[in-house]
Amino acid sequence: MNSGSNNIAVSKTDRLQENKLLRVKKQSVIEDPAQRERRTRHIALLGRILVGFIIIAAWELFTRIGLLDSYYWSNPSTIVQTGWTSLTEGTLLTDLVYTSGATIIGFILGTFIGSLLGLSFWWSDLYSRISEPYISAFNAIPKLALAPVLVIMFGIGFSSKVILAFMMTVIVTALAAKSGVHSVDKDLEKMLFSLGAKRSQVFSKVVIPSAMPWIVSSLKINIALALAGTIVGEFISSRQGIGRMILYAGQIMDTNLVWVGVVVLSALSILMYLGTVWLERFLLKGRPQ
Amino acid sequence: MYKLEVVAGGKVFKKDGQEVVALQETNMQIAKGKFVSIIGPSGCGKSTLFNMIAGLLKPTSGEILLDGQNIIGKSGRVGYMLQKDLLLPWRTILSNIILGLELKGVSKKEAENRAVPLMEKYGLGGFENHYPGELSGGMKQRAALLRTLLYDQDVILLDEPFGALDAQTRLKMQTWLLQIWGDFNKTVLFVTHDIDEAIYLSDEIYVLSPRPGRLKEIVTVNIPRPRGQDTLLMKEFVDLKKKLLGMLKEDQEKIE
Ligand SMILES: Nc1ncnc2c1ncn2[C@@H]1O[C@H](COP(=O)(O)OP(=O)(O)OP(=O)(O)O)[C@@H](O)[C@H]1O
Ligand SMILES: [Mg+2]
Repeated sequence: MNSGSNNIAVSKTDRLQENKLLRVKKQSVIEDPAQRERRTRHIALLGRILVGFIIIAAWELFTRIGLLDSYYWSNPSTIVQTGWTSLTEGTLLTDLVYTSGATIIGFILGTFIGSLLGLSFWWSDLYSRISEPYISAFNAIPKLALAPVLVIMFGIGFSSKVILAFMMTVIVTALAAKSGVHSVDKDLEKMLFSLGAKRSQVFSKVVIPSAMPWIVSSLKINIALALAGTIVGEFISSRQGIGRMILYAGQIMDTNLVWVGVVVLSALSILMYLGTVWLERFLLKGRPQ
Repeated sequence: MYKLEVVAGGKVFKKDGQEVVALQETNMQIAKGKFVSIIGPSGCGKSTLFNMIAGLLKPTSGEILLDGQNIIGKSGRVGYMLQKDLLLPWRTILSNIILGLELKGVSKKEAENRAVPLMEKYGLGGFENHYPGELSGGMKQRAALLRTLLYDQDVILLDEPFGALDAQTRLKMQTWLLQIWGDFNKTVLFVTHDIDEAIYLSDEIYVLSPRPGRLKEIVTVNIPRPRGQDTLLMKEFVDLKKKLLGMLKEDQEKIE
């Protein structure tokens, strides 16, 4: 009995050793892709920050030693100073709220109404065919060229900026949603009908989810278009907004302030882009990948 | 009264001004609780027939009666598993399987309570929260089949449900289907290209002929149940198989 239990003990240690060997082998042959990915990401991030830092430093340096004319190019430290002044003493903050507000409202309205419009084409083939040339025609109009008319129509206030941002986004979204509707698998619709579904149920359970990736893919372009629409609206006529600030700064030849506007707009654009990335994730939640 | 009747049901498609007869006027009388297979070469109108019974396609002529009532153009009266698995790729397997119940207005919780034990039982346990893209072809077919079963109609139409399965899984699924058919007292219409499968499962076999699609013959299978592995070796089985093979071969020669 004694020897029996000894045997077991021996075989156990054997197995342990074997396991260890296996593990060592695994480590040497198989790399953990997740770990490598993480490491690459960290290095890339560091690299990006470094490049950004070099660009800003070079900008500052070149304007100081006179290689770049600081009258046109301003320079980072002056931009920060001017920005700080207009933030604390000027209207930078309210301008920022104005511009981002008009952009976001226009974007949301455009995306929402555009999606509804595009999805509505599923309901009737005839209606879809009749509207088709008009949608294309509206898409072809350079909306920004209409901006002066829109400002006359809707006044120089907030609403004309929202309308412009809306006009810039609505058709792009509608076209994306329409492509989504065309991509719906007819057999999936058939399957749903075979389960006794009403048309409205097919719409909500198959058509909307099928078209969703198409709609979502238009978001990133849309937010940039909406911002462009708002700024053009502000350029044409406005009492507030970053666009107006830039225009005004240009008129009084304050290039530093123009640069502040450009930097603020870039930052706003990046922030809103990140917002759409989040929105994309939210809208495609609970899907594979 | 028959559970399901097709009275002179036929379908003609118009394509580029030309008429294509998918199915000539066909009569079917299927008693409650029967297991009926439909065999025939590709293009003889099997799926067309099913689409008409399921109310997805209106016949050009004839009537379709369920419990004596006309169900032409009325969908949702019978369970129908289409030739493809047609799972919604953005839904998990579980929420795909309960789709029919969801459309009927059954609460999500109750539907899941009914679905999960069935998934366990039929080899999909543990895959509730996987997406269709992560499953093998056979598992997807099983999920589609469960969705049809859970929809819970007296009559079930299955269009080549085991087409994508290997021989072993297929056998398991056949046994399972017979079990369900017995347990739930369903009337089953079953399309297959596999003669062995048709004989093994059915009470009656409808043999269709192509070009134009039409009903060629109805063969009754008089092999006692329960049937098992050794059924495939019985004399009745082999005789029937020869007969059916002969019929299909005639059609084949005609085509060539
Ligand atoms: N929507 C349609 N429009 C025109 N012709 C069609 C249509 N659907 C089917 N057909 C034709 O009807 C005939 C029967 O088709 P069906 O799909 O019913 O065949 P099947 O027996 O199911 O074939 P398989 O075994 O390959 O699935 C074929 O010739 C096909 O081309
Ligand atoms: Mg078919």
